[in-house]
Amino acid sequence: MIRLQVNGANRELDVDPEMPLLWALRDVLGLTGTKYGCGQALCGACTVHLDGEVVRSCVTPVGRAQGRSVITIEGLSPDGSHPLQKAWCDLAVPQCGFCQAGQIMTAAALLAKSPKPRDEEIDHSLAGNLCRCGTYGRIRAAIKRAAEVAGE
Amino acid sequence: MAITRREFVGGLLISLAAGRVLARTRLAQASSGAGLTPNVFVHVAPDGAVTIVCHRSEMGQGVRSTLPALLADELGADPQRVRIDQADGDKKYGDQNTDGSSSIRNRYEELRRVAAAARAMLIAAAAKKWGVPADSLQARDHAVWNGKRSLGFGELADAAGKLPVPKPEEIKLRPRSEMKHVFRALPLVDGPAIVNGAAKFGADLRLEGMLVAVIARPPVVGGKVVRFDPKRALAVPGVKRVIQMPQPQGAVGFQPWGGVAVLAENTWAAMRGREALQIEWDPGANASYDSDRYRGDLSASVHKPGKPARNVGDVESALAKAARLVEAEYHVPHLAHVPMEPPAALARFGDGACEVWAPTQNPQAARTEIARVLGIPEEKTTCHVTFLGGAFGRKSKADFVSEAAFLAREARVPVRVQWTREDDVRHDYYNAVNTQLLTAGLDSEGKVIAWRQRTAFPPIATTFDASVAGPREGDLQQGVTDLPLAVPNVRAETCDAPAHARIGWLRSVYNIFHAFAAGSFIDELAHARKRDPRESLLEVIGPPRIVTLAELGIPQLRNYGAPLEKHPIDTARLRTVIERATKMANWDNRSTRALGLAAHRSFLCYVAAVISVVRDRAGKIAVDEAWVAADAGTVVNVDRARSQMEGAVLFGMSHAFYGGATMKGGVTEQSNFHDYRLIRMSQAPRRIHVEIVESEGPPCGIGEPGVPPIAPAIANAIFALTGQRIRELPLMRAGVV
Repeated sequence: MIRLQVNGANRELDVDPEMPLLWALRDVLGLTGTKYGCGQALCGACTVHLDGEVVRSCVTPVGRAQGRSVITIEGLSPDGSHPLQKAWCDLAVPQCGFCQAGQIMTAAALLAKSPKPRDEEIDHSLAGNLCRCGTYGRIRAAIKRAAEVAGE
Repeated sequence: MAITRREFVGGLLISLAAGRVLARTRLAQASSGAGLTPNVFVHVAPDGAVTIVCHRSEMGQGVRSTLPALLADELGADPQRVRIDQADGDKKYGDQNTDGSSSIRNRYEELRRVAAAARAMLIAAAAKKWGVPADSLQARDHAVWNGKRSLGFGELADAAGKLPVPKPEEIKLRPRSEMKHVFRALPLVDGPAIVNGAAKFGADLRLEGMLVAVIARPPVVGGKVVRFDPKRALAVPGVKRVIQMPQPQGAVGFQPWGGVAVLAENTWAAMRGREALQIEWDPGANASYDSDRYRGDLSASVHKPGKPARNVGDVESALAKAARLVEAEYHVPHLAHVPMEPPAALARFGDGACEVWAPTQNPQAARTEIARVLGIPEEKTTCHVTFLGGAFGRKSKADFVSEAAFLAREARVPVRVQWTREDDVRHDYYNAVNTQLLTAGLDSEGKVIAWRQRTAFPPIATTFDASVAGPREGDLQQGVTDLPLAVPNVRAETCDAPAHARIGWLRSVYNIFHAFAAGSFIDELAHARKRDPRESLLEVIGPPRIVTLAELGIPQLRNYGAPLEKHPIDTARLRTVIERATKMANWDNRSTRALGLAAHRSFLCYVAAVISVVRDRAGKIAVDEAWVAADAGTVVNVDRARSQMEGAVLFGMSHAFYGGATMKGGVTEQSNFHDYRLIRMSQAPRRIHVEIVESEGPPCGIGEPGVPPIAPAIANAIFALTGQRIRELPLMRAGVV
């Protein structure tokens, strides 16, 4: 039995500890906001926070989350009001939207560490998050917008 | 298992976690007779709620933020009180194949008329109540107005619903000045659901008792399972069933690819189960396919005369007496779609009926294929459309949907098929591989007097008819036979190229390689003649004019299904986007900046791109800025047009830098994002400037036309920077990126 906290709630999972956290979240807990894109930590669509750190849940065994706190896109804010979520909507960042949960979770961890990130920091932090629609320019702008709003 | 339709839907809703499903509301009110339902697209309820059906698939182009807004504006509805209902696949909506950049360009007027009919009926109902002439009334802000008096749409809905529906020809559309919301940037209606993770994509739905299937497909297209042993797979905890897929017959079409499916309680177990399968394959006839060797075949093919597809003047004589010849061969490999969401679909079968939920671009074609695979009438199939996590043409093919349908019937439980990224890269419907030979003759003053273009590629028709051995004349209407050239002798030829891979359409399709070759070659001609590339491009296109079929040297032009009278080939528009893009990029004062230019008309839309390249710290090529000008006629949602052009720069960059699926022994060598690479954020241009030409002309395509000019503009910029001419994609192969 794996005991962990997911989006602030205590959960017990009767699964193989080797099961990737991604599938535990999606298939066992029904939290489908976290996406499968590659299964090899190459695209970032599955990004969640483990004790505040960015992890690719597709290659993170659920056993590693034992006793720790996982935050997914569903738990980033109670009502979609995180400055990043608002900036994403204000600047109409998403196209298909599939990668955006991973982009936002990566950006949220960046802002937590670096409230006013420079361009190079943004590019470096988000280099692991692919977007096939090509929304990178708007993602950069939205991160800066969120950083400004949060700083006010 | 006897399941009624009502239980199907109920079952889905009960088992879904709280969240947003696309098809939240149905036009169920219509069946009760309440309110106004003049057609299948619009419903006005007695409480004033307006429901508008979006019959096209949302895959990032913003159609759900655009089409319903157009109807709502024509109706006079308050956007805050409009609900969007995502249509199932059903012929009653007309064409639903969300492909060919066609949603607005093909249905713009017709859908406005649909909303205008509802408006006319609401006005007629108000006129009757007030005893005044209808033409003295106006519909706006969700009400019908007579001076300062008003009646809300809800108050009028029942009375309006009893009136006759006006004939389309009797319906007057609003003048553009009366439209309050459209023709500018519209809000992104699904933004909130996307950013909080609630939006439901293909793999996000579940049904009670559902199993997840992962399929081991034959590594080579057309291959077969000789024998397999399911024992080790069945021993994996969570694996419930192992089922052999049907073997495709004849041309591949939309048929499932075959193989062996592992069904399990969760996705991870299904993936592990597949790894444990022991399968002996017969690779079949395509096992000899070697894309490097095939490249040589294509080159040989274009060095021989082909079948004529376009002919003006006498190219061979003109080439023979030209003062100078310029010749170049170009090559673009198979390209993969790799949408961020790999294919996935959920199906349920019972009582001779099948219901699926899928991220499909073409729900009607999915129903047809499901009916064929299951041997049931199409009326016994239902296809609900989820959000599409990117598609680019991949998800208009129904193979992955019918896989789920087949397995749901065989397993007697609902089944969700999940493709892995490896499945997606290895078993795609690739864009055609292409080689072209372009030959130009210049006279003693450097004027281009002859243009010969030979093109060889296995066309999409090979997917549906295995006997097709190369492109046909009609396939060249994407950038060859419709290319305006102010050259007196022009000839285009198709050359043989049999298919050994599954070929399909990918965002802008043959335009990708035709624009790469022509856009590069025109730049080569500029440098050969020591002329400014923009000036040379404008000269080769020629003066502003409507280009006739006679000038093109072809008997007819499909013109993306649009009449030439409505959507002629207009060089004035092509010249305008070139002038706008180069002006934005400060082309005339570019000094030491290395800029490349290309322009292309596709899907009736005119796009010019200027790309700036620099060397990064490692000495590799990087794109630092891009300027795009597009004339798409009337644009309903300017922000989504911009975002499509922005995205097209990145999509084109990925093809140019890294695109290329290669095959050895018939097996695709790439498998995931480490070897089928895409542009990452750190490589994205610092700025992408987009100008959408203001126009009240008939609407043109938006989703695809931004892609074709990008790769040639990059190659031309690289030449400006380095003097190295790139004639083959991806750039990675030349080691410059």
